[in-house]
Amino acid sequence: MNTLKKFLGLIWMVLGPLTMTFLFMQAIDKVGLTHTDLERTNTILQWAIILFIFLPISLGLMIFGFYAWKGEYDHLPESSDEL
Amino acid sequence: MSDNLPKNNIFKVIGASSLGTLIEWYDFYIFGSLAVIIGHQLFPGDAGASALINTLAIFAAGFIVRPFGALVFGRLGDLIGRKYTFLLTLVLMGGSTFFIGLIPSYKSIGYAAPILVLILRLIQGLALGGEYGGAATYVAEHAPKDKRGFFTSWIQTTATLGLFLSLGIIVITKNILGAETFGDWGWRIPFLLSIVLVVVSIYIRMKMHESPMFSKLKAEGNVSKNPLKESFNNKANFKMVLLALFGATMGQGVIWYTGQFYAQSFLENTCKLDFNDSRYILLWGIAFATPFFVVFGAWSDKVGRKWIMLSGMLLGILFYRPIYQMFLDDTDYTKIEQTDILSVTPAPVTSILIANSTDSLRTVSTKVMLRNGASFNKVQTDTVSATKGILLGKEVVKDKVLPKPVFWKFVGLIFFQILLVTMVYGPIAAFLVELFPTKIRYTSMSLPYHIGNGVFGGLVPFIATLIASFSGATPLSGLWYPIGIAALSLVIGAIYLSNKRDENIND
Repeated sequence: MNTLKKFLGLIWMVLGPLTMTFLFMQAIDKVGLTHTDLERTNTILQWAIILFIFLPISLGLMIFGFYAWKGEYDHLPESSDEL
Repeated sequence: MSDNLPKNNIFKVIGASSLGTLIEWYDFYIFGSLAVIIGHQLFPGDAGASALINTLAIFAAGFIVRPFGALVFGRLGDLIGRKYTFLLTLVLMGGSTFFIGLIPSYKSIGYAAPILVLILRLIQGLALGGEYGGAATYVAEHAPKDKRGFFTSWIQTTATLGLFLSLGIIVITKNILGAETFGDWGWRIPFLLSIVLVVVSIYIRMKMHESPMFSKLKAEGNVSKNPLKESFNNKANFKMVLLALFGATMGQGVIWYTGQFYAQSFLENTCKLDFNDSRYILLWGIAFATPFFVVFGAWSDKVGRKWIMLSGMLLGILFYRPIYQMFLDDTDYTKIEQTDILSVTPAPVTSILIANSTDSLRTVSTKVMLRNGASFNKVQTDTVSATKGILLGKEVVKDKVLPKPVFWKFVGLIFFQILLVTMVYGPIAAFLVELFPTKIRYTSMSLPYHIGNGVFGGLVPFIATLIASFSGATPLSGLWYPIGIAALSLVIGAIYLSNKRDENIND
């Protein structure tokens, strides 16, 4: 199980930047589809919020993957003394 | 200490915490339910800059602010105590809701109206971000170790009951005043009424004592000096925050929002069900399923939290597409036979002029009743042009009313989805409480909870609609978002989480 945890860590590390790239491309695409200035400003605002909030989450997923790859989740703490 | 708490006291603790959380959810939902009316009253009709404020007020406060509220109030809760912090969130939430009910209309004060709405909405989002962690921690820290899941599951019911209460008060007020008066000023009553509920709740909460575990920490001088640093700068604890987010709350958030919110939106917007029918279906489904929050919370005390939550996610992954396919098939009225039709009643044809044009829009509407008790409206809107003649529009079938057996089948399908919500949501408060130590518990558990719920869950309608707009998408394509997120959370949870309960949270 610990080997599986480690190798899956690689997937989580890759998934973070992939998600951000996908969202960024979607943002450009959807802003390009707008017709009026107001619609464009609203869409930019919505996507800016989404990118702003998902960037740290994607970083978190990469860090989670890195910890998993390093074997940090092989043993979970059983009491607060371990935290 | 908590094991020796008298039984009536623990129920007072649960009652005081749940009532406050219920009011917070009530306050949060009434804005969503009345957003259209508020838009007419407090925002200018010609959009302009206020459309941006409107977007922010409705879109952003729903999910972006909650994690920040979790950080701000979580930190306060670990510094000054649970009782006073979640008292503060209640005052902020209730106060801002009350003041939304007092904002003069756009006609009276201009752009100050939408700006005030935005500010109060942001305060609401922050307060909600701080409330849940406090209430769950407070109850869990009073509960005996073998009933932590059971007692905290009462807190979990409040999100659903808050939705119920908000719908109920809006419907009652509207029925008493009439639709016109309600749209004019009556919509303010549910907001203003909030203050009564808040005062009662504050009175009850003021009489409660601080959590025994936090009091002990304080007496021993072991309260955290910097909860944010200790939660997120301490690698061992930060690892658990990440695990809680990706292995549990992320999946729980999408299951919750799909079952309770996306389902209603799908029935109304995609299946074109009648307004009342879609709401009654949801209300019945919620009413039948709500007791299961407590059932699964209590069960998690016996068999562990992990597999109950993950089973809820797995069932969602497996059954969402078949369920929504059934919704589509059973509301597809395009293949009805002529012999199925009982009557066809045409409504008067209406015609309105298009602004700055000589053309007009002509609407032809027909109500069709079927022999099995179902009905629907066929609406066709054509453009009547002085130069080009009549340009025929597409016929739309809407306001579908279901025959009784199908109505109850839909109630069953919604019940099943809410049952999954109760599986993932019932045990999660106890699960999060047991993951973190007392001195930084409020901070550590609030952030993953609100990112999971507010961000991953709150974005279900937006991202599902986005996916449905891709070329080649079908009405079911939007489901890939909750299915994908739940699947990711299921894999991470199954492989990395432990099912072992921490019996001692007094550390």
